[in-house]
Amino acid sequence: MSAAAPVLEVRGVTKAFGTRQVLRGIDMTVDEHRAVALIGASGSGKSTLLRCIDLLEEIDDGDVFLDGEVITDPAVKPVEIRRRLGLVFQAYNLFPHLTALQNVVLGDRRAHGFSKAEAEERGRVLLARFGLEGREHDRPDNLSGGQQQRVAIARAFSGRPRALLLDEVTSALDPELVGEVLAAVRDLKAEGMTMVIATHEMSFAREVADEVAFLHEGRIVESGPPERVLEQPQRPETRRFLSRLLEAGRI
Amino acid sequence: MAESALISDRRLEREAAKRRQARRGQAIAVVSSVVVLGGLAAWILTSPGWPVVRETFFSWSEFKNAFPEVLEGFWLDVKIFMVVEVAVLILGLAIALIRTSRAPAIFPIRMLGTVWVDLFRGVPVILLIYLIGFGVPALQLNGLPTEPVVLGGIALTLSYSAYVAEVYRAGIDSVHHSQHDAALAVGLTHGQAMRHVILPQAVRRVAAPLLNDFVSLQKDVALISTIGPLEAYRIAQIIQGENFNYTPLIAAALLYLAVTVPLARVVDRMGGAGAVR
Ligand SMILES: Nc1ncnc2c1ncn2[C@@H]1O[C@H](COP(=O)(O)OP(=O)(O)OP(=O)(O)O)[C@@H](O)[C@H]1O
Ligand SMILES: [Mg+2]
Repeated sequence: MSAAAPVLEVRGVTKAFGTRQVLRGIDMTVDEHRAVALIGASGSGKSTLLRCIDLLEEIDDGDVFLDGEVITDPAVKPVEIRRRLGLVFQAYNLFPHLTALQNVVLGDRRAHGFSKAEAEERGRVLLARFGLEGREHDRPDNLSGGQQQRVAIARAFSGRPRALLLDEVTSALDPELVGEVLAAVRDLKAEGMTMVIATHEMSFAREVADEVAFLHEGRIVESGPPERVLEQPQRPETRRFLSRLLEAGRI
Repeated sequence: MAESALISDRRLEREAAKRRQARRGQAIAVVSSVVVLGGLAAWILTSPGWPVVRETFFSWSEFKNAFPEVLEGFWLDVKIFMVVEVAVLILGLAIALIRTSRAPAIFPIRMLGTVWVDLFRGVPVILLIYLIGFGVPALQLNGLPTEPVVLGGIALTLSYSAYVAEVYRAGIDSVHHSQHDAALAVGLTHGQAMRHVILPQAVRRVAAPLLNDFVSLQKDVALISTIGPLEAYRIAQIIQGENFNYTPLIAAALLYLAVTVPLARVVDRMGGAGAVR
């Protein structure tokens, strides 16, 4: 492993909504070019953790570091940090009034200072890369769920983020559309993208992640290489979670 | 082959049946309209007072006589309407943005926005025109406008900006907050998120109700005449008083309709577009 600082580091992060304590002290490290799969029951706080990292939620305690620099400090401008990260939401959250290309281009033009022509050129290349050639001028309404989610991935990736945060990018999709979206993620991983991937797809976690972290009652109770966590879980909570998934036929 | 011929026969049959149905529907609509409208017309035209009403409300010579003057007054309505409309659009948007902002720092301004809307929406327009039209000049302060047209325009702007702010606000609130999150995640600032993501969607959704308010504004311009300006309604009223004939008022009504009806068609068009979207 390199001695350089990890791209992302989460230390002792807690977060409550009112009286509901969602995160109770999260520690997590993501080194460059590595992908961490975040697994856990519905409501365990996966989305909340990703939103906290992207500074869409304010954390109560602890800190998050990006490239060794603390980002959860009131003195830090969230906008600057978000420009260095990419987030794909659970439900697509594309901008419905903009075309696929405009969705991808908006951040490049307004947040990253590219000219219209440059941004559009980059956008076209990206859309083509995710198999969306010829769909540049379609509104999200006219795209399938899988195509929409690939546009969302292209949009999050277009700012060349230091890390991509993917929040269950396939959970809103029909089964036959899951594959094409996972292929896009696989593609980014192969390129060396640093990623945190919240997912219910255990087979995908095993395939693409370097590490699996199991979130339970606001803590990461177990983490390690996918084979170990998914096949020889040490903690009873992890075992229970995995066997429930097995029963539900989701593994 | 046989199968496709069969299907297309069936299809032709179905389409012919549909056309028959449509024709029958149209025929019923035409007949019932003619009966109702014709009945109404006959009822009025045979009323004992009709000859007098026709002379006092629908006199062609009176119409020709009054129309040029009323039209001239109407230009004042149109001018006031256009200036007030632009002011209302801008002011209303500003108030809506203030009222929907969640930044704690602007709490006092947000309060002001709430008071503004409560106050100016709650007072009848005609009262506001009176209060401002007569109250402001009475202050005898230098620099404040004293012309009735300007004061009336200000009163209309205050009143309608309160309505329009609420329309904008409803539109902004109707855009799901996840759109704002998505815009921030892309790296936009709050202001950019409003400008490029929230407002375009919000304005599209409320375009019809906004135009609706403008149809109503266009009519309410006539209320300014209560503090003096000679606009279409006022001129029509003066001519009516001189000649004891109401036709000039009909001329004024037609002029208002000439603007509000096309606006209403635009509203319809937009409502339809919004529904399909
Ligand atoms: N804005 C909020 N206000 C109040 N409670 C919230 C808010 N956001 C999330 N929560 C609560 O926090 C908990 C964790 O939610 P979160 O969405 O992070 O879970 P998750 O692990 O992503 O679940 P899922 O797998 O269903 O997506 C839930 O109990 C949820 O109800
Ligand atoms: Mg979630």
